Amino acid sequence: MSPLSRREFVAAGVAAGTGLVVGFYLPHGGKTGKDVFSPNAYLRITPDDKITIVVARSEMGQGVRTALPMILAEELEADWKRIEIEQAGASTLYGDQTTGGSASVRTTWDPMRKAGAAAREMLISAAALTWGVGRASCTAQDGGVVHVASKRRLSYGELAAKAATLPIPTDVPLKQSKDYKIVGQRLARVDTPSKVKGEAVFGIDFRMPGMKYAVLSRCPTIGGKVLGFDDKESRKIPGVTFVGKISDAAVAVVADSVWGAMEGRRVLTVNWDEGSNKDLNTTAVMESLKQAAAKKSVSLYAVGDVSKVAGRRISVEYQLPFMAHAPMEPGNCTANYRGSGCELWAPTQVPQDCRDAVAQVVGLDPDQVKVNVTLMGGGFGRRLEHDYAVEAALVSKASQAPVKVMWTREDDMRFSTYRPASLHQLSAVLDGAGWPVAFTHRIIAPSISGQKGQPGPNGIDPDLPDEAAFVYGLPNVSLEYVLAETPVPLGWMRSVYALQAGFASESFIDELAAAAGKDPLEYRLHMLAKDKDKDQDIQYFTTTWHTARMRGVLQLAAEKAGWGKPLPAGRFRGIACFGCFSSYVAEVVEISMENEVPRVHRVVAAVDCGQLVNPGIVEQQIPGGIVYGLSNALRAKITIEKGRVVQGNFDDYAPLRMNEAPLVEVYAVPSTEAPTGIGEPSVPPLAPALCNAIYAATKKRIRALPILN
Amino acid sequence: MAELTLRVNGSEKKVNVPPETPLLWVLRDTLELTGTKFGCGAGLCGACTVHVEGAAIRSCSTLVSLVAGKSITTIEGLGANGLHVLQQAWIAEEVPQCGYCQTGQIMTAAALLAKTPNPSDEQITQAMNGNLCRCGTYERIRKAIHRAANGSVAAAGGAR
Repeated sequence: MSPLSRREFVAAGVAAGTGLVVGFYLPHGGKTGKDVFSPNAYLRITPDDKITIVVARSEMGQGVRTALPMILAEELEADWKRIEIEQAGASTLYGDQTTGGSASVRTTWDPMRKAGAAAREMLISAAALTWGVGRASCTAQDGGVVHVASKRRLSYGELAAKAATLPIPTDVPLKQSKDYKIVGQRLARVDTPSKVKGEAVFGIDFRMPGMKYAVLSRCPTIGGKVLGFDDKESRKIPGVTFVGKISDAAVAVVADSVWGAMEGRRVLTVNWDEGSNKDLNTTAVMESLKQAAAKKSVSLYAVGDVSKVAGRRISVEYQLPFMAHAPMEPGNCTANYRGSGCELWAPTQVPQDCRDAVAQVVGLDPDQVKVNVTLMGGGFGRRLEHDYAVEAALVSKASQAPVKVMWTREDDMRFSTYRPASLHQLSAVLDGAGWPVAFTHRIIAPSISGQKGQPGPNGIDPDLPDEAAFVYGLPNVSLEYVLAETPVPLGWMRSVYALQAGFASESFIDELAAAAGKDPLEYRLHMLAKDKDKDQDIQYFTTTWHTARMRGVLQLAAEKAGWGKPLPAGRFRGIACFGCFSSYVAEVVEISMENEVPRVHRVVAAVDCGQLVNPGIVEQQIPGGIVYGLSNALRAKITIEKGRVVQGNFDDYAPLRMNEAPLVEVYAVPSTEAPTGIGEPSVPPLAPALCNAIYAATKKRIRALPILN
Repeated sequence: MAELTLRVNGSEKKVNVPPETPLLWVLRDTLELTGTKFGCGAGLCGACTVHVEGAAIRSCSTLVSLVAGKSITTIEGLGANGLHVLQQAWIAEEVPQCGYCQTGQIMTAAALLAKTPNPSDEQITQAMNGNLCRCGTYERIRKAIHRAANGSVAAAGGAR
């Protein structure tokens, strides 16, 4: 969910050998002060035994403010109850702070462990020096160091001043998973109480003295521009303090209150140059995908040679629409531009991008822009953009006041960056027994990063390596990508291309199983083992996928769902599995059909995401992704007419409500492998598992989403 | 502009606002009670739910002039003495993810329990269906309401 350049940078940093990551420990990285022990930028221990752990990723509901400190606290041998959490703003200390790609735990697992372990070793040394005993006779536990022989104990706070004088070790031992006391525990999230009391400060809740509110009138057509505006009526609205053009495509109305700004915008007249897309519509966009399909593909992955395989060939096409993230908290950002600097309070997944983009548009150096990261009312990738931050800074500069820019729901729906529409051409050759011996999947889709000016090598969108793997061991496979162009603004939406790739691929495999007259589970298991007990490693870009782990989640989900056992009359099952963000998920969906509308009663999900850091958070994220995936599958569709996005609010873009929410059971495969992604991997299997269940019920194959079109 | 007296969370507040202002913005901007959230501005998502005379209403779609003098309760005033039983249940069931919609969810659930102390699954669905959650916490919301109704609000686990 982020440009490859940034993600590769992080991955390379994490993988840099077994010692401490180069560039991770900075001599003055932490906040120094008298008696403060801060061996790195993630940790501070003060003599009053306060242990502060800095979270350098953004909290949008996925639990990073709990999970990341747990990792450090484990190695530190800290007392979890005494840990305080601090949210980092945009910084130069933590590498890439982009929160996306289900990457927070998997990319900070090593740095956070090493940060905690290094501190632990220094605190042990400090105690040994204090007592004049050997290090080996001292043990760290529960926030202190003990000398067992003499039954002496010093707390970390008591050791902080001494530890701060010691050299930072360059290599440290890490704990074995069998010794974990915090990692793997179902610890309560640190942010829950404030959220149920209404005290949690989301971006929209931030306020400061003298702050004004702004809403923007943006050109309704994609790519259109402001020609002129008449603000006579707007200026009559009580509290309106400023109306002005702040960019080529937007006029801002600033007022003392949100309502004043909204009313000011309502009566504002803007003359638009609707631009070259004023006749664009969805039909034309989908037609352009079909035309792009005639172009030559670039290869994502190939084994054997699919062109040389003869036999029974089955070929089909799938397609998916544009979709919008629609997080509950609409876009917003507060900015205070003061000439010599600009401070932001941003609900953002990309604090550093906000800093850099704002610096550029208001004419400051990046180090003159301070970005504070607030809580987010959902992100789902929408807040991987920095448009709201740029707007806030521009309006603050133009109106010479601290300003909170507010987006309405309609603004969020119509000026989003959308999950790309896509077309999928699949083809397979079955042998005499019905097993596939060749499999081809052509993904025809616009490139999100390409549209943003960061195309990957050979035009391959940089997200496809994380999101379009084919974790089956077949002798001939070809995964291909065809770049299509679209003027519709594109963004990374939860699971990104994995949703499209997973839907097409896993639906098609169900089609093949049906054509072969075989059970869909048995069919997949056969493809996951070359010989009966032989597993395969599949190297897809930089990730090695293991068919054994995929088989593991399939078998676990199937067993827990009672696959193959009789269902009550009118109930049907579908199954799908997919690997993305280095995790493996299988889902069994149980439905009935009511007036040709599927009703999902139960979803059984099995996940292999390596070591669980906090099972409670995993058990939130998996059903969360399933509900999100079900919303996507049933109804999510953004359409374009006359260059404008048609949908505006939760009536015509209707996410799942409680009456449609299925019971979800989550089972995790026990593992001591390094943790992998959990925020997104449960999204992709849902749509194909559901459509495969619909096929089981109706013998109708759904090849285009949304289902309720 | 209109001088209005609002009775919010048991105390009287004088405000001077355009009378057609939605109650939501008066609560959030004027009275600085930001626990009540803006989600859709059209009564479609329930994030802005507060109580007026004990009934759950959508403050984004309720003119402030219509509720002047009436008893208004927001999430900040729900638990008059400490946490409301539903807030305790929400913590025990670890309901929130992003948490943005949860204050509205709790306010809707509180109005339900006030009328229907021991609701069935169907009654819960009917009452809660106007409240959207994009994180997909619906099943834990249901469990938390049952837990609060049963009076068993102690946390099942967790160190803090």
